[in-house]
Amino acid sequence: MIAFLIKRLMHAVLVMFVISLLAFAIQDNLGDPVAQMVGQSVPESERQALRERLGLTDPFLVQYARFAKNAVQGDFGNSYFYGEPALEVIGRHLPATLELVFAATLIIVLFSVPIGVYSAIKPRSLISRFFMSASIIGISIPVFLTAIVLIQIFSIGITVSIFPDATGWGSWLNGLLSTSGNMPSFGRGYDLVHVFGSWDTNLATLSGLQHLVLPAVSLASIMLPLFVRLIRAEMMEVMQSEYVKYARAKGISMRRVYFVHALKNTMLPVITVGGVQIGTMVAYTILTETVFQWPGMGLMFLDAINRADIPLIVSYLMIVGVIFVVTNTVVDLIYGLVNPTVKLTGKPA
Amino acid sequence: MALLEVSQLDVRFALRQGEVRALRDVSFTLDRGERLGIVGESGAGKSVAAFSLLNLISRPGFIAGGRIVFDGQTLNTLSERKLRKVRGNRISMIFQDPMMTLNPVLSIGEQMVECLKAHRRISSKAARAIALDKLRQVQIPSPEKRLDQYPHELSGGMRQRIIIAIALLLDPDIIIADEPTTALDVTIQAEIMALLLDLCEQHNVGLILITHDLGVVSQVTQRMLVMYAGRVIEQGPTREIINDPQHPYTQGLLNALPQMATPGEKLNQIRGSMPSLAKLPSGCAFHPRCDFMTRQSGEPRAACIEQVPGFVGTGSCRVACHMVAEMLEDRRLKEETP
Amino acid sequence: MSTPTTTTSTPGRWERFRDSYVWYSFKRDRTAQLCLAIFLCMVVAAFASPLIAPTDPYDLRQIDILDSELPPFWIDGADDRYMLGTDAQGRDLWSIVLYGTRVSLLIGFGAVILQALIGVTFGLMAGYLGGKTDAILMRLADIQLSFSTLMVAIVVGAVVKATLGSAFYSQYAVIMLILIIGLAEWPQYARTVRASVLAERSKEYVDAARVMGLRSKRIMFRHVLPNTLSPIFVISTVQIANAIISEAALSFLGLGMPETHPSLGSLIKAGFDYIQSGSWWITLIPGAVLVVLVLSINLLGDWLRDVMNPRLYKG
Repeated sequence: MIAFLIKRLMHAVLVMFVISLLAFAIQDNLGDPVAQMVGQSVPESERQALRERLGLTDPFLVQYARFAKNAVQGDFGNSYFYGEPALEVIGRHLPATLELVFAATLIIVLFSVPIGVYSAIKPRSLISRFFMSASIIGISIPVFLTAIVLIQIFSIGITVSIFPDATGWGSWLNGLLSTSGNMPSFGRGYDLVHVFGSWDTNLATLSGLQHLVLPAVSLASIMLPLFVRLIRAEMMEVMQSEYVKYARAKGISMRRVYFVHALKNTMLPVITVGGVQIGTMVAYTILTETVFQWPGMGLMFLDAINRADIPLIVSYLMIVGVIFVVTNTVVDLIYGLVNPTVKLTGKPA
Repeated sequence: MALLEVSQLDVRFALRQGEVRALRDVSFTLDRGERLGIVGESGAGKSVAAFSLLNLISRPGFIAGGRIVFDGQTLNTLSERKLRKVRGNRISMIFQDPMMTLNPVLSIGEQMVECLKAHRRISSKAARAIALDKLRQVQIPSPEKRLDQYPHELSGGMRQRIIIAIALLLDPDIIIADEPTTALDVTIQAEIMALLLDLCEQHNVGLILITHDLGVVSQVTQRMLVMYAGRVIEQGPTREIINDPQHPYTQGLLNALPQMATPGEKLNQIRGSMPSLAKLPSGCAFHPRCDFMTRQSGEPRAACIEQVPGFVGTGSCRVACHMVAEMLEDRRLKEETP
Repeated sequence: MSTPTTTTSTPGRWERFRDSYVWYSFKRDRTAQLCLAIFLCMVVAAFASPLIAPTDPYDLRQIDILDSELPPFWIDGADDRYMLGTDAQGRDLWSIVLYGTRVSLLIGFGAVILQALIGVTFGLMAGYLGGKTDAILMRLADIQLSFSTLMVAIVVGAVVKATLGSAFYSQYAVIMLILIIGLAEWPQYARTVRASVLAERSKEYVDAARVMGLRSKRIMFRHVLPNTLSPIFVISTVQIANAIISEAALSFLGLGMPETHPSLGSLIKAGFDYIQSGSWWITLIPGAVLVVLVLSINLLGDWLRDVMNPRLYKG
């Protein structure tokens, strides 16, 4: 266990080092802090003096060391736009993103496992075929487009008038296909419940949950079919294995064969892939939050880019790096708990 | 009536290229406490036969015909639910490779207890006690410790002992063992085989032993079947077949044993190789490899190419071979016209 | 004595293809045929857009702002001149979608070629040379992949745009996007190629080639590479789909093609602002085109994977 933690820690340090180099390079190359601090009229000699005082003329390594020291202490400088410490700005936006990711993950887990398992057990059934077709379509629709379509259907509403309205059945069918569109599609709403610190939650009120539905479904929309297909493929492979055949030969019920013998082995590669997909999920929050104007880190990051708010960009990258490292470690821990052949020494026994 | 009666078993695989017949006309019986060997090269259909007894062959394979009657029940038409009550309970199986057979993510105890619980109303505690008792019977060192261990913590030999213990858990009538020692180290093969034989004798359990090892068959079983390309070609008491094989293929198998070779000379191989089931030769499937297709007079025997040989009896053995049939016919004619 | 030479004619490439399993299964698979047909139609239409399109959407003189937000033909108020209606600037949607598809495909293909060049080279090196090269390259690929390719593309895109300035970035957007998406996704190729190189390397013909004294570069390119082609081919289809989606995502975030020279993604972005006012077609028609394009590529990729059944890198 300790060996595992040390190995993870070293990996984490390496990853954070790479990110910090990248972040520092951005800070170093993007814009001129002096230009941000002083007006146009300040002469070049004075600017140069300011640069020297700020340490901008120091060697690269010295500057990086200073950057790293501040970063470790959580000091990424003040956001140009908000005029307050970048980390505080991020802290304000973090809960919204985490809640969105949490809701999307919940949707993915709740639906992908049953659908994946079912279509692996009964690959020829009509329902399985439907799910497989639906999943490839799902993979082919970009997140932001799903979001737009959801807004059109559930928030704006669609009026269908393909069938003649004069006839009873025509207007009935039209009504069936039309949607009224009253789902909120903008921001987090106002019914937030304060938890602690900067965390206000959407999960406590009906109106809050309503605001969460469309963004969460959009965010889940591309990962869900991916996991359905992955679980199905892995499960079908496991079902061919000797130990599943042996379990059947022992006369235990098919339910136990499927959900204990097969599923537990299926989940091993799924957990690994899940760890990798967390990164993709963070990227997709940027898209989802942009469409729904969800006031999370993703939207904040995009705004920071457009405003060239370098301290905020840099601290976003560092925080995202920390999130990756933490989630990957958690995923590895879960993997070790599920798989007895891993003794958490970092390599299979 | 025999405990297990298999008649005219016909197993096919529906493949993209068409149907492949993996077993044809396989018939045999097994009495209570009897030990039967099924012998053949790989691809002869031995394992398919073993798995089809409990209807465990999976798609695209299916039982196309024949009857498997066990203790009055026709297994091949039994509902999955009733069949499940037979599997692992009255007929249990031992698979070939102990490294692949046990589920890697479940503890040994869990895999034993679930089997007991599937067939008996029993508390977990009582189930563990039975499991422990069976582990003692298979002579595993420190059995108490094993229940909480996982398969990867045990050696191949130990795993196979555990699989034997699982096979004995519910005191079955028959154990089907599909090459139970092939995947093990040579040094422990004999040990495991002796253990299995010993336990079967002790508990009066019937054994169907599938193997390509004629030595093991001759030591362990009372009767044997020889299979070739999905058919039984010779069957009878083991001792008789080993001492006086009739079918040219059985003769070839016995001659190929290293013990039969003269030191310093090549082993006596059977020429050619087993045909693919999708492209079986006409007539007797063995004819392209058979040295007795031409009579001593030099005249070829057309029946070998044209007709599938039926069984003819020699003593208590039965052989499917045109050459043997002709020999017997000649002998009969000679005896009739003295 | 002259022996009569029976010329056993070696079948040409076409004959071999016609006898192959790929062609056999293609003939039987309706979905694959349909997808290929749709995909080819879209490619041809997109690259022939200057010939097909009724207007030139890049030519400001042909655009009348008074024609903006006209609906497509099946909705009341449609204008005969604009089959699929017009966008917010009054550009003919049919023309701009054709041109936009061309931009999307151009970037998709370009990025995949770049990914393949980098990825295959690195994959071959890692798999064939092994040792430190392998460790470094694969660790790099791991780290990059753990950040997800889209994340990398967004960050790189953002930084490049901020460094070079919006105007410059927009001017060279096509090249920028090809570079960004190409650099972001090379690990997929590298890992797949490395996996199949490792599998091939253990085979006898590579030993034979080495025993014959061939140099490792020659062995790699003449002997190993051809045998890794089928997995490369299979992931290429998926990668083109991914690249087109990535481009659309970047453009949607404003890090891609400018509105004056739009791709499908920037058309969707531009139209999104008008969805609340009821002009859904401006965003959903390019959206539908994007989905059909990506879906047909994905389905082709699925079919190819089933047919060729290569060893793909899992996970």
